[in-house]
Order: sequence, then structure tokens, then C-alpha cells
Amino acid sequence: MTRRSWIGWQFTGPFLAVFALVFLAPIGYSAYLSVYRTQLVGGTAFVGIDNYTKALSDPQFWEAITRVALFLLVQVPVMLILALLIALAIDSGRLYGASFFRISVFLPYAVPSVVAALMWGFMYGTNFGLIGNINEALGTAIPNPLAPEWILTAIGNIVTWEFIGYNMIILYSGLKVVDTSLYEAAAIDGAGEWRIIRAIKLPALRGPIVVATIFSIVGSFQLFNEPQILDSLAPNSITTYFTPNIYAYQLSFAGQQVNYSATIALIMGVTTMVIAYLFQRRSMKGAGS
Amino acid sequence: MGITRRRALIGAALSVTLMAAGCSSSDSDSEGTEAAATTVTDADVEAALQKGGSLTVWAWDTTIKPVSEAFMKKYPNVKINVVNAGTGNDQYTALQNAITAGTGIPDVAQIEYFALPQFALAKSVVDLNTFGAKSLDGTFTPGTWNNVHSGEAIYGFPIDSGPMALFYNKEVFDKHKIAVPTTWEEYATAAETLHKADAKSYITSDSGDAGFTTSLIWQAGGKPYTVDGTNLTINFADDAGSQKFATTWQKMIDAKVFSPAVGWTDEWFKGLADGSIASLVTGAWMPSNLEGSAAAGKGKWRVAPMPQWETGGKATAESGGSSLAIPEKSENKNIAYGFLKYAAVTEGVQMRIDNGAFPATTKELAAPEFLNKEFEYFGGQKINEILSASASEVVTGWNYLPFQVYANSIYGDTVGKAYLGQSTLAEGLKAWQDSSVKYGTEQGFTVK
Repeated sequence: MTRRSWIGWQFTGPFLAVFALVFLAPIGYSAYLSVYRTQLVGGTAFVGIDNYTKALSDPQFWEAITRVALFLLVQVPVMLILALLIALAIDSGRLYGASFFRISVFLPYAVPSVVAALMWGFMYGTNFGLIGNINEALGTAIPNPLAPEWILTAIGNIVTWEFIGYNMIILYSGLKVVDTSLYEAAAIDGAGEWRIIRAIKLPALRGPIVVATIFSIVGSFQLFNEPQILDSLAPNSITTYFTPNIYAYQLSFAGQQVNYSATIALIMGVTTMVIAYLFQRRSMKGAGS
Repeated sequence: MGITRRRALIGAALSVTLMAAGCSSSDSDSEGTEAAATTVTDADVEAALQKGGSLTVWAWDTTIKPVSEAFMKKYPNVKINVVNAGTGNDQYTALQNAITAGTGIPDVAQIEYFALPQFALAKSVVDLNTFGAKSLDGTFTPGTWNNVHSGEAIYGFPIDSGPMALFYNKEVFDKHKIAVPTTWEEYATAAETLHKADAKSYITSDSGDAGFTTSLIWQAGGKPYTVDGTNLTINFADDAGSQKFATTWQKMIDAKVFSPAVGWTDEWFKGLADGSIASLVTGAWMPSNLEGSAAAGKGKWRVAPMPQWETGGKATAESGGSSLAIPEKSENKNIAYGFLKYAAVTEGVQMRIDNGAFPATTKELAAPEFLNKEFEYFGGQKINEILSASASEVVTGWNYLPFQVYANSIYGDTVGKAYLGQSTLAEGLKAWQDSSVKYGTEQGFTVK
């Protein structure tokens, strides 16, 4: 009995050690940091849950959460619906150059998000950028995408461009595993293309859609690179508490408030996990699987 | 050189992590304003240099490297390793991390004036009075010398300076028959005239920059920040200089005479090159940037004295500039001081000027060969005459906060709103004040 359990440890030990070191230790260290407060004058003191109560009543933190929540509610559905339409179109087999189309849609995912944000940042320029050129050439008056009213939409556009191909691939591979005999059977039964989509393809995509949505939820809450890069082009539109991640970064690197920053990071981590978990539970329960 | 001073202009949020600062501090900290006693003589330093040793220097200023090579020639036993550990805030983060960790700390570090108080407060850098630095009074321009002081303590040697002046595109000014403005009132009028005459031309670009705002308030005689150890006052609302700036600048923002191009972007340099941004009020380190990144403006630009708040005034302020400091944990402080003096006071200064730096030492600023140099980019104008004069007219008594890097990082959140038309400048400055006070209080300062 004892020997058997030791053998088990020997097999799992190396993994557990790495797991503890790279997954648990940082979280534990953040939790440790979050119950202290270090001041420039006065040193470090134990403050218990003070940082947490402060975060919950911190209007800047709430503004950041509200902003990413809004982003999540608008950008994620738009992106996933577009990705779904593209996946269905490619899968329909009625497109010329489907593989070229597929790779072009996927390509932006291979562009690092920092580069993507820079690139779009230049295009958004109203003086010398693409928007400026369009306005000049066509006499239109496209509003400045980097103005505070439009900046979130502008970021949504960049993120959609970056991740639509990635989601399309997830959904497309979901469609590829559907047994083709089902389509034949449906055709024999006289089902049209729409009927096939509704009765076969969409139900088959339920799992992949849930996975893609969870990735997108996590991605939205972690929004950082795009606004951080655009900040140098539109410093007044992007505040230092634009998203929770930017806020944590600002607190830590500009404000030297490492403890409070760790608190914000932990709260956001837990929030994201809970929302993703609830979503998964809900959608899987509905599927009965 | 030029790029060195991209500094906080970018206003990016990156910056110093002073997390460890508090650990070592106690209540006795508040006497950081007194000078340390001299314990090391020049002879001790000279002996250490002859004996030799190795030195790590962190600097992004490209003129430091040649100086270090010459230094090693002079003192063959000294080995200097110049490391570029990042520009500005990147380097401060690295430096702070090294100080926190207690290892990998350089012996000499380049630190800009606005960031120096942070390191001084935590006593992470040596008070150079230990080496008798007080005797160098008068060697540097009053503005820069004041910038490296915290009370009587001296935390670094100025290596360059940024006395401000008006850089303008003469071709554009002539075309629209605009006289070179000598006051800010005239500048505002010129801005409107120019923009009315050509909707694509702007007198300058300003979308809000913390360094620029504080420099203009500085020039106006404002003292929104006072620092006495850990006792601070932060007050823009009741500061005459700040309000002067707010009133004049608000008019220009309302009149929409500023180009929206954000400083240091490609768009901005294009504007400077093609004349759509017709002037700049900035530090004396600007010429090499214009020559390098707005080459098409060659021959069109000129330099004039900074516009004044009072007719006939001569007051100026500093923008940017940096110092060399010795981290407290350095193990070769005597050699480090020898290098500091070499680079900032003696032979090194001229070498750095020859490589494009704008000096902080009064002797070099007054040297005929410096003053008489003609600049092709500026149509052969002897611009150093104006820049050097500006250096001697810098208003004294200005202080940066011991957490200026943080304060500058939240400028966009507060004053930035005024540039979007969502509030007025006066309200924005008040919001900046409130946020800074809140932060200072949280960090254990006594803030009034």
C-alpha cells in the first residue's frame, strides 16, 4: 500500500514541482503581497483585507471593469458571429479559393498584437493616416477613431481583426469532424442548406462555440496590449485605468503600489474564472452533455 | 544626445518601482535636506583612480561612451563598462529593481532631473557632499544645480540641460507675415492669425504634456510644488503662475489653434518637417532632433528667446536634462566620483559638446567657440547665443515632487481632459493636484 502510493508520487512529482513553482507560487506570492502595504515613507505594514475593501470601493477600478464588460458584451458576439459565418462559408464548399480565403482570414492571428495595434494606430491617424487620406480624397468626415467616444470601438475593431481567424479555425475544425454521412442522409431526406446548418452544423458547433466564447471572455478581461500601444498616440483618450490590467500595471510600475496592484490582479483573476466557469456550466447543462 | 530626452515627454505610464524605498526609511528620513559631511577628499579620489578598479555606468546618452574611453586612457588601471539599460523610465525601473534586489547595481547611473528626487528620497543615491561637491557651486547653471539639490544635499552632477527657447519655422512665419512673438499674448495672437490664414497650419502641437505644463508654470514663476523632506505642498489652484498659464493656454485650446499631433510620433515629425507645425517651445537639446528627424525643415528653422509672461521679461525654464548619480550600494564610490567629475566638470564636458550635447556648465556655455558656432539647419544662425542666454535666465526655486514620475503618469487622466474639451485647464490642474495629494498622502507624505 505504502509502496504503491510512493510510486505514484514519483511519477507525478516532477510535474507537481513545476506546477507548484510556475502556477501556484506566483498566485501565492500575489496573495501574500495583497495583505501588506508598502509606502514610500513609512515602510511596509500588514493591513489585512484593507487592500480588498479599498479595491471594491475604488471608482477607477469599477470604471475599468465596466469598460471591459461592455467590450465583452459587444465585441465578442460580433466577432464570433462573423467567425461563424466565415467558417460556414468555407465549409460549404461553394467558395472559389477557399483555402486562400481561410489562410488570409487566419493570417492576422500570426501578427503580434503589439504590431497590429501599431499598424492600426497609424491607419487611424486623421492627419497623415489612412483615415486622413480617405477624408481628404473623398471629402468625407470620418470621426477620429482615437477620440475618447470612439476609442473603445477602434480597439474592438483591432481585436476582432486579430482574433476572427483564430475563432474561425476553432469553428471550422468543429465542422470538419462532422460525419459526412450525416450530410448525405440529410440530402437524401431532401434537406436544404439552411436546414442542414440549423439541424446538423450548429448543434455540432456547440462545444467549439463554448470554447471560443470562454477564450474570448478571458481575452476581454485581459485587454492590455492594444490600449497600451494606442496610449502613445492618444494619451488623453486612454486613461491609466482604462482596463483592469492597465490599471494594475500603472499601479505597479508608475505608482509603486505593488501591494494594491497584486490585489487588483487577484480580484480580476477570480472574477474572470467565475464568469468563465458560470458560462461553461450554463451552456454545457443546456446541451445535456 | 537628442533621443536621450524623449523622457517623460512621451508621458507613457511606464516607470519607476520604488517598492523597496520605504523599507529602509524611518522617521529620521525627514532630515534628507541637510548636507552630509565631507569624508572623502580629492586626494583620496585621485589615489583610488591611480590604484584602479572597475566601474559599471548605466547611461543611454551616447556621448558618455567616448568620455569613458578617454577616461580609461587617462587612468589605465580603471576599467569602465558603459551599459545602456534602457532610456529614461525603462532604466529607472531596472535600476530600482536592482536596488531592491541588492545586486547588479551600477556604480554610476544617468538620471533625469525630474526623476532624481525619487531616488534621493529613498537615499538610493549618494549625497555628493561626502566628496565635497559643495565647492563646485557656480560651476553649473543655477537651474541645473538647483535640480540636483534636495535642500543642501547634492545627489548628482548635471551633465546636460534644457533651457527653453522658441524654435520656429521662419519660412511659414514670413509667408503669413507673422512677427516672432516675444510674449505669450503675442504667441496666442500669432497662433490664431496663422491658423486663420491656413487651416492646415498650426503654431504648435500640444495635446497635453506634463513636462511642458510644469516648465511653463515654472517660467511664469509658479511654485505649485514645495518639498521639505517628506513635507509637501501641491497646489495649482492658488498658485499665481499656474493660473497665468491656465488662462492663456485655455484661450488657445478654445480657439483650437493647436495641432492634435502627439509629440514624438511620426505624424509630429512630419508636421515639423513640412511646416504645418510652425513652432516649438522646448529645451536646448532639440536641434539635433530636428536635424535628425525633420531633415526637410533644414534652413527654414530659427531660434528665438522664449516668449514671456511679462512684456520685456527674460525669464526661462528648463525642460528635461539629466544628471549622473552614484547609487548608495556602489562598491567603487571613489572611482565613480572621479568619473562623475571628469564627465560633468572637467575634460569630459567639451567631448560631450563636440558630440552634440548641450552643456550645463557655465564655463562652456560662455566659451566663444561654443557661442559662435553656426548651424546650417538654422540657416547659419548662432543659436547657442540664444540658448546659452536662456540657461542663465532660468527662474530659480523650482521643485519637482519626490514622486514626479507617477504624477506625470496621471497627467493625461486629469489635465488631459481639458485638451479634449471635457473640462477647463484650471479644473484639470485642480484634479491633477487632488490626485497627486491623494497619492502622496497614501504614500506616507505629509501633504498640504
